[in-house]
Amino acid sequence: MPPSMVDEFAHGNGDRLPPGTARRVYHTGMWLALIAISMFFIAFTSAYIVRSGLGDDWQALSLPPLLWLNTLILLASSYTLDATRRALLGGQREACNRWLMATVILGAGFLFGQYRVWQDLAAAGIFLITNPSSSFFYLLTASHALHLLGGLAALGYISIEALRFRLGPAKRTLVEVTAIYWHFMDGLWIYIMLLLWLWR
Amino acid sequence: MSHGTAAAPHVHQAPTGFWKKYIFSLDHKVIGIQYWLLALTAVFVGMGLSLYMRLRLAWPSGEFPFFGGAQMTPEMYLALVTMHGTIMVFFVLTTAPQGGFGNYFLPIQIGAADMAFPVLNMLSFWVTFVAFVVMILAFFVEGGAPIGSWVAYPPLSAVGAIAGPGQGMGMNMWIISIGIFCLGALLGALNFIATTLDMRARGMSMMRMPMTCWVWFVTAVLGLLAFGVLLAAGILLLLDRTAGTSFFVPGGLVISEQLIDHKGGSPILWQHLFWFFGHPEVYIAILPGMGATSQILAVFSRKPVYGYRAMVMAMCGIGLLGFLVWGHHMFISGMSPYTAMVFSVLTLSIGVPSAIKTFNWIGTMWGGQIRFTAPMLYAIGFVSLFISGGLSGIFLGQPSLDLYLHDTYFVVGHFHLVMGVAAIFGMFAGTQYWFPKMFGKMMNETMSKIHFWVTFLGVYAIFMPMHYMGIVGHPRRYADTSGVDFLAPLQDMHVFISYAAMITIGAQLLFLFNIIWSMMKGPKASDNPWEATTLEWSIPSPPPFDNFGGRVPVVYRGPYEYSRPGEAKDFVMQDEPMK
Repeated sequence: MPPSMVDEFAHGNGDRLPPGTARRVYHTGMWLALIAISMFFIAFTSAYIVRSGLGDDWQALSLPPLLWLNTLILLASSYTLDATRRALLGGQREACNRWLMATVILGAGFLFGQYRVWQDLAAAGIFLITNPSSSFFYLLTASHALHLLGGLAALGYISIEALRFRLGPAKRTLVEVTAIYWHFMDGLWIYIMLLLWLWR
Repeated sequence: MSHGTAAAPHVHQAPTGFWKKYIFSLDHKVIGIQYWLLALTAVFVGMGLSLYMRLRLAWPSGEFPFFGGAQMTPEMYLALVTMHGTIMVFFVLTTAPQGGFGNYFLPIQIGAADMAFPVLNMLSFWVTFVAFVVMILAFFVEGGAPIGSWVAYPPLSAVGAIAGPGQGMGMNMWIISIGIFCLGALLGALNFIATTLDMRARGMSMMRMPMTCWVWFVTAVLGLLAFGVLLAAGILLLLDRTAGTSFFVPGGLVISEQLIDHKGGSPILWQHLFWFFGHPEVYIAILPGMGATSQILAVFSRKPVYGYRAMVMAMCGIGLLGFLVWGHHMFISGMSPYTAMVFSVLTLSIGVPSAIKTFNWIGTMWGGQIRFTAPMLYAIGFVSLFISGGLSGIFLGQPSLDLYLHDTYFVVGHFHLVMGVAAIFGMFAGTQYWFPKMFGKMMNETMSKIHFWVTFLGVYAIFMPMHYMGIVGHPRRYADTSGVDFLAPLQDMHVFISYAAMITIGAQLLFLFNIIWSMMKGPKASDNPWEATTLEWSIPSPPPFDNFGGRVPVVYRGPYEYSRPGEAKDFVMQDEPMK
């Protein structure tokens, strides 16, 4: 930028950082966190692919059917969360709260569904150490569930604010970055499902 | 992520209570000093461990203090090797240059009042601190500290105490500590990148940032991409140890005449995951030193950094290549020669950006009006050590030579010079250069220069002979080789190195004394004692709570406006408007 432009820029609008910086850093921070989380799961993926090709002890795990239902529930939660965001932007508070509650219930439902999947597997005698394929199944699903639990905690906080009707436009950034995280967890789950399903 | 900080993450009030001001502070300057002090503590612990290692190597049958009159067992020696490496790599080389100086000076140099996420910043320090405490506790659990070195290779790191005294609880502590450290490092990296991208003052374009900001940025990117992988690998290793999974432990393994009840895993898988982190880690350690050196050479040569744009490109190039060369740590793991050749070519190509940097450092000094202050000496020392240590990397990067030199003292000499001591010289340079700003006092120049010369000559006396020992074929990680015929003649060299180490370590006490003495009795520092141009020198020493005292700086110039024709002074500050 030529110096004259800098001058004009500097003396134009007061001497604070440009407005919107807070919003920008939270978005940047969230995307960076997602990159770090991606690397974590990429490492598991490479270990999964390498380990599945080693030795002769790998036994393909047939995916419990309940997982498909859980997947649908999680996809639905992404839809309801986006509806929440749109209702918030449109100032429709009651609709916003309804969609938000639906999201929390669906998110918790997904986690409960995952818990049931683990229970079913255990009942069938398939544990963490039964086979490397089951080790990776538990590892990937539990790591994802733990990350989703973080998202659910953020949604829980937003819900408390929403029920007290304190979810004004100032909280927009919080809802936005939570939504980005939640959709990412949704995508990550699809990725994990495809990995477990196609690379058996 | 609290909504209170979301509204204005870059503004927070000055706290008054002791705990909020000095312990759980949100101020990046306090956090920077906390990181710096943590690293200072860790470096003396790590150095103490190396002193014991040198005593054992030079006098294998000697009795040393703190060992209850008994001789040091080979296992104890291995525990020292492990903890020395771990503490130095993680809690010194990764902590001080980035967490310490980066935290303190990145926001100021880009004209911000604080980091993007002050709460995360505080958390990342305290998480790192907890990791350090857990690591030190590994000495005191049953069986003591782990003995698998800082790379913790399975299967011996994955099967528990049967593999050695420290491989039981001590190894668990090690993995947990490293896992916690990874979390802290990830939080820190995220914060550094967001701060650099979003918090720069008006006029501070990326290409107007000082070289130091660029290295902290690139280092943070490396950290963000690398530490998640180490965390994942650590979880797999911990599961192998505690839950009985078989990620890394092969079938049919017999240790101490016992069949290990695992099957089918691959120890090589750990090596890939570990070194995918481990090689970028080398650059995480050295890049900040490169930045401090670039900065200091320019200031004390009274010249702009030679080829600023090329320096930035070279740094990004080193960062990128750093992720593509991990296989050169594994040439002897049985990898295909074709794969090895690809890793070798990529490794040797790092020589190009490294040479650009070295050439430009010399170019920066060339024809300058050099002021041989203490920070300048350390920066020149950095260049010297980086060249000396880097050249031997060209040997090790070739599979045919590495097959012979792998796991010999040649490697020990190489990485200590290039990543250990060079990075430490970057920290010395940074401490000397920024001490006046951080503490408002000047360091004692005479003590600094004595410390520089003893340390500079000392480290060469320690690590140069190791290259020779490695070429002879002396393997590393053995507590005692005096009984091996072809190595016995090298025993005198071990003694020489140990004496050199003792003198060099003694000199570090002088450095510590200098810091404490200067803090109390040093002459008061002016705002800009070095006549430098970047923003940290435009504010009082030490800086006020919000850095710029309510003023928001505007940047009009590049970071290295030295000796410009037609100017009254030989330097122009970055926030000085154009005429």
